[in-house]
Amino acid sequence: LVAEIEKKIMEAFEMFDRESNKTVDVREIGCIVRSLGCFPNEAEVQELLAKIEVEEPGGFVHLEKFLPVMTKVLLDRRFRPIPEDIILHAFEALDENKCGYITKEDLVKHLTKE
Amino acid sequence: AFKAAVLIQQWYRRHVARLEMRRRCTWRIFQSIEYACEQDQIKLHNFFSYLMDQFTPSSSKERDFISRMFISGESYKEAELEKYCDYESIEVPDSYTGPRLSFPLLPDHATALLEAFQQKQQLHARYVLNLLHETRKHLKQLPNISHVSTCYSEEVTVCGDLHGQLDDLFLIFYKNGLPSPSKSYVFNGDFVDRGKQSLEILVILFTFLLIYPKEVHLNRGNHEDHMVNLRYGFTKEVMHKYKVHGKKILRMFQNVFCWLPLATLIDQKVLIIHGGISDTTDLDMLEKIQRDKFISVLRMKKRKESSRKPEIQAINGERKSGTDAAGNEAAPRLSLQPQSGQAPSTANRLEFSRWLRQTVQEQMDTCRRLMDISESEPEEPTYSSMVSLKDVDEPCWTHQEEWKQILDILWSDPMPQEGCRENKVRGGGCYFGPDVTEKFLEKYSLQFLIRSHECKQDGYEFCHNRKVLTIFSASNYYEIGSNRGAYVKLGPDLIPHFIQYQANKTAHTLTMTQRQGFPVALISRVEESAFRALREKLFAHTSALISAFKAYDGDNTGKITLSNWATAVESVLRLGLPWRMLRPQLVRSTEDNMLEYKSWLDDLAMEQRSQEHIQSSLLEVIYRNRSNLETIFRIIDRDHSGLISFEEFQQTWKLFSSHMNIELTDDGINDLVRSIDFNKDGNIDFNEFLEAFRLVKQCP
Repeated sequence: LVAEIEKKIMEAFEMFDRESNKTVDVREIGCIVRSLGCFPNEAEVQELLAKIEVEEPGGFVHLEKFLPVMTKVLLDRRFRPIPEDIILHAFEALDENKCGYITKEDLVKHLTKE
Repeated sequence: AFKAAVLIQQWYRRHVARLEMRRRCTWRIFQSIEYACEQDQIKLHNFFSYLMDQFTPSSSKERDFISRMFISGESYKEAELEKYCDYESIEVPDSYTGPRLSFPLLPDHATALLEAFQQKQQLHARYVLNLLHETRKHLKQLPNISHVSTCYSEEVTVCGDLHGQLDDLFLIFYKNGLPSPSKSYVFNGDFVDRGKQSLEILVILFTFLLIYPKEVHLNRGNHEDHMVNLRYGFTKEVMHKYKVHGKKILRMFQNVFCWLPLATLIDQKVLIIHGGISDTTDLDMLEKIQRDKFISVLRMKKRKESSRKPEIQAINGERKSGTDAAGNEAAPRLSLQPQSGQAPSTANRLEFSRWLRQTVQEQMDTCRRLMDISESEPEEPTYSSMVSLKDVDEPCWTHQEEWKQILDILWSDPMPQEGCRENKVRGGGCYFGPDVTEKFLEKYSLQFLIRSHECKQDGYEFCHNRKVLTIFSASNYYEIGSNRGAYVKLGPDLIPHFIQYQANKTAHTLTMTQRQGFPVALISRVEESAFRALREKLFAHTSALISAFKAYDGDNTGKITLSNWATAVESVLRLGLPWRMLRPQLVRSTEDNMLEYKSWLDDLAMEQRSQEHIQSSLLEVIYRNRSNLETIFRIIDRDHSGLISFEEFQQTWKLFSSHMNIELTDDGINDLVRSIDFNKDGNIDFNEFLEAFRLVKQCP
């Protein structure tokens, strides 16, 4: 099972490996993790990155460092998908006027308030 | 509320990431299939080697048939070419409402042509030929490397591959303006093949070339090669549009292509070539080569003294073949006439291959001998369109070196790693690294390279530390929505400015949201197309896949784990694709993570409903080798009529099936023929035949 998980991770990693040298830009890590089925928020992604050593200068992540960390994430089933009803609640929470929709501006406002 | 926002953001980012991954996977699929097709050339070459060395013809008819495949070229001296492709005798009927050209050309002619083509009119054959003659005359005076200066016209616009997509050319002219004394253009090759309007593009480009010779520059691409055209559609397009004069037109194009310049240099600082460079690229040599010299497609090295089996150097399936005339004073046709006069015993295959080689060699010698007599241009003989034999004793390294220079320029691709290695994916040129680029630029005091040859999602891409720019001008190349096209403008400061576009004649069928920012539907559509192509590939390898699966299924349960599925599929298809990521799209139903592979393969076969009655293993072979089959048919069909005789069809199959190790009886072939009703007076329309075996629907 571990071997299979590792292969999956390597495939995803490889799609972002521009120079075919087993490294990816640190900014793509979030995308890779998510495309493997995880739903981390930004803080969690940063946490993850802290665990993986990032090569300086340039901000690259090497597959060797990424693989064990990511494998554990998948084995522990962390960052599981958010159930639909919770997302719905989230939208409702932001919908102050209770009109059933949020405008793009409102959404952007809330998302950038962090 | 903050928490809510975070949740939404989480969900949204995951969504975007998934889309991005899907997009990349789709791109990968298209690219790997495209390059795998180019690899097919090598398979084709193997087939010919097989014919030469291992096949024992069972009759003299068969023997003749095979030799015809190798010696199919007709050669013409330049003067004879003009006579054969004469246009003056062609009358243009009064009923013709298309543009009428007169020479020298004027800007009005160009506008007339643009308007005509926009209205789907066709230029009369006479004018096409006339244009080609004039173009040839003009190109012959040009050097191998064109020089452009930004001090004359302020900016130079460089365009990449167009591949017969006329809409993209119109879009470029619309956005950027037509060529004129104040608007210079460089078109970097691959004007033809794949798209359906290669002819129109060439007519327009050549017209502008003649009207504004100082401002318009064309570089040769790897598709400006008649052998490539046989496979990728230009030949078909011409014959379809010009049923009477098509052959002449093709001959002229063949000749014009090899007179296209090889490179363009801007301000002595920016080099523009179609493919790339290699660590041996030598601009001085390139400048001096006689670029119109014939460069063969398949080459054979001399026979090694030790082994009786001659080495066939599978350099490339497709090369630039600047076929050129040479000549036989006596007759324009070089026919197969063994000087020795003895028919070889057909039973002995070694005899046969020796005889074949000897005969071809003799033809070469005859050519060469006659060449010595003729005092006109020192042109190399046209060996055949397929084969070029090199005399053992002749010092041929110069020729070989020259040929490699051109090959590298037209076929190479940049790679991220350092070094320079053979481009096995395409079967031609090499992969060159940033160090090669650096050295090259330094050697010739250049600032950067511009090249094309590779499709890029955004129409352009930098690599090698911004020293190499790829520019690709055919939008929606793989599928509607697959990529944008782009062109680049350079001013005296030589800083590149990009303009991107996407020809959206059919994209208007997508709704507003789809086009704007949320490309889900767009990705789905392109994805669908990619997976269709992939499923066809899988189907084409059914037998090999079954064997591979069985290897993992020792207990013969008929099932295989998904993990093993991925490994097995890659080992057969060798496309380098991320199968585990693609699996959900390819494999619908699984039980306990196990796949019933037989029924999965049956489902793949089901998509080919119309051909149920044809033996599935045969079907597989057809799919797997379709493009090679097509090329072979075209070679046999010397008139470019689209028809070959039933006998030729039969013989092709027999040869092919023995090479492929399939059993195909005469009845089997007859069934094949009868199953698809394309018989025309005892001739087979092979276009229709091949169309019947297409899983992937072509876009309108």
